[in-house]
Amino acid sequence: MSDPKIHAVPSARVPDSASEQRLFEIRREAERRGEVKAIGIRPAGAPFPKASPETGYYGIPLLKEPAWTEEIPLYFFVGGAAGAAAVIGAIANYTGADRKLVRDARWIAAAGSVISPALLIADLGRPERFLAMMRVFKPQSAMSVGVWTLVGFSAGSSAAAFAGLMRERYGPSLPLRILENAGEAASLAFGLPFSNYTGVLIGATSIPVWNQNVGDLPIHFAASGVSAAVGMLELMGHRKSRALQALGLGAAIFECWEGLRIEGRQQHYLDPLKHGPSGWLTRAGGVLSGPVPLLLRAAASLRKENRAGGLRRWAAMSAIAGSLVTRIAWIQAGHASARDWRQPLEIPEEPR
Amino acid sequence: MSVTAFLTDSTLCIGCKACEVACKEWNGVSEDGFDWSGLSYDNTGAVGASTWRHVKFVETTPEPGLGGNAPELNTWAFSSDVCKHCEEAGCLEACPTGSIVRTEFGGVFVQPDICNGCGYCVVSCPFGVIDKNRSDGRAFKCTFCYDRQKVGLQPACAKACPTESIKFGEVDALCQKADERVRELRRRGMEDAVFYNPVDSSVGGTHAMFIVRGDPRAYNLPPLPEVPTIYLRKGWRSSAIAAALLLGGSILAFLADSDRGRQ
Repeated sequence: MSDPKIHAVPSARVPDSASEQRLFEIRREAERRGEVKAIGIRPAGAPFPKASPETGYYGIPLLKEPAWTEEIPLYFFVGGAAGAAAVIGAIANYTGADRKLVRDARWIAAAGSVISPALLIADLGRPERFLAMMRVFKPQSAMSVGVWTLVGFSAGSSAAAFAGLMRERYGPSLPLRILENAGEAASLAFGLPFSNYTGVLIGATSIPVWNQNVGDLPIHFAASGVSAAVGMLELMGHRKSRALQALGLGAAIFECWEGLRIEGRQQHYLDPLKHGPSGWLTRAGGVLSGPVPLLLRAAASLRKENRAGGLRRWAAMSAIAGSLVTRIAWIQAGHASARDWRQPLEIPEEPR
Repeated sequence: MSVTAFLTDSTLCIGCKACEVACKEWNGVSEDGFDWSGLSYDNTGAVGASTWRHVKFVETTPEPGLGGNAPELNTWAFSSDVCKHCEEAGCLEACPTGSIVRTEFGGVFVQPDICNGCGYCVVSCPFGVIDKNRSDGRAFKCTFCYDRQKVGLQPACAKACPTESIKFGEVDALCQKADERVRELRRRGMEDAVFYNPVDSSVGGTHAMFIVRGDPRAYNLPPLPEVPTIYLRKGWRSSAIAAALLLGGSILAFLADSDRGRQ
């Protein structure tokens, strides 16, 4: 009755030295490799993870991923654009550019100076304690320097915008003129670092992809802020200003160079900017900030002034989107870099 | 007031996790949940906001009999990890509120009544220790049992350790003790015993030192931890260049614009 294929109980076998030697070999192989590659059972999950100088601690990342929420890249975008807009507005005023451009730039700065702290406070784990930021000033903390820069910038640019509004509505007066001029000077002075300090903020951290790029990040973020500010002003109607066109071109050229720098180097620490989702975000942000506005602006320069507005509108929208995507990409790259367990342990990458 | 330190000797650790339990009980830290890591018997993984002591289960390539074990037993090591309390602490330097301070015992302490949960310390720790507690909102890590040290007691983990793998004491005395212990281990045939204390890095040494066997990287101990403030000079220089370019570029762009004021 029994099925010859089923051997529930193997036939009795007499152990000999060869069989015992084989069992010992299986044991040795299991000990040596963590698995046995012969006929028989291959345990699920084999080969088992090991802790070693090549595999680290089971490949568990040493560094913690950033604990920031999505408000932070948004803040980088808004703050960068607002800081650059304040500088553009003040210089436009001092060089005697048209009044509407000055006023619109001021309004971008003032709006940014209200939105930026709101985003920062929303990101805090304990938002009700945001005033704790102003207990101390620590030059060795880029975030402390940044908070005080934001305070100065917010006060200056909102004062300038407020005084300008009052002057337009109720006529000029000495106190308003003092407030407007002092506010504008402050928003220029604080706007310069405010437009790029976020590059230092993430550069001076333990995250490899950030700290290894600390020498480029502030300039890169400043260019990103300028292209966003120029784009916003162009969308507000200043599509005939040659000064804005020149600033937009300059920023787009720098962003092209930044993209080439990232793509052209083979360092391991740049991987999060080139591979995976953060790599594609970086590329998308780079293309929207660099080549696309560069080509559109170059084409606009060749056209007659009254026909160039449409191209500049597209360049503006691309630059604004590129600036936002770039900030998100850098934060995402930081997450990917923190997950890379090899980098802080100085374990070389396996060949791709 | 002496400057104190931990010396965690992994050659004495039996992986009992008494330090983890003692730490959680004394400090009232919540549990981590029950998730299988699937990597080893270590299902906790790393120190974090709710794990201030963490026993690593370092399963290396099995070598029967190594390290004084019976010949039929495989080698593996345990090591109780903790905040390193760096001499130059990245979290302390980065903290914008002044919540993180250096105590009179040399430890790095987060004042929970000041921390507002900005998260900048999390990315500034070269050892990946401090983390934000998502439900609470603030950042947490080992306090070096500041409250216990204040009244002259040793930290909870050191007190609960049954094998004195976690030693607590004055920092210079512990360094000396560590050197002696490594020499003794080598004399007894554990040639790979090493003392981990990154004094030659920008971190400048720690107040939590380790004796491990073999390459410290297998214990997730970085060969060259860096305090992130070393990147500040380069960063602010680049920031100044960026500001100069923006200012100069704007002035040039508007001065060169012959149409200005006409529109």
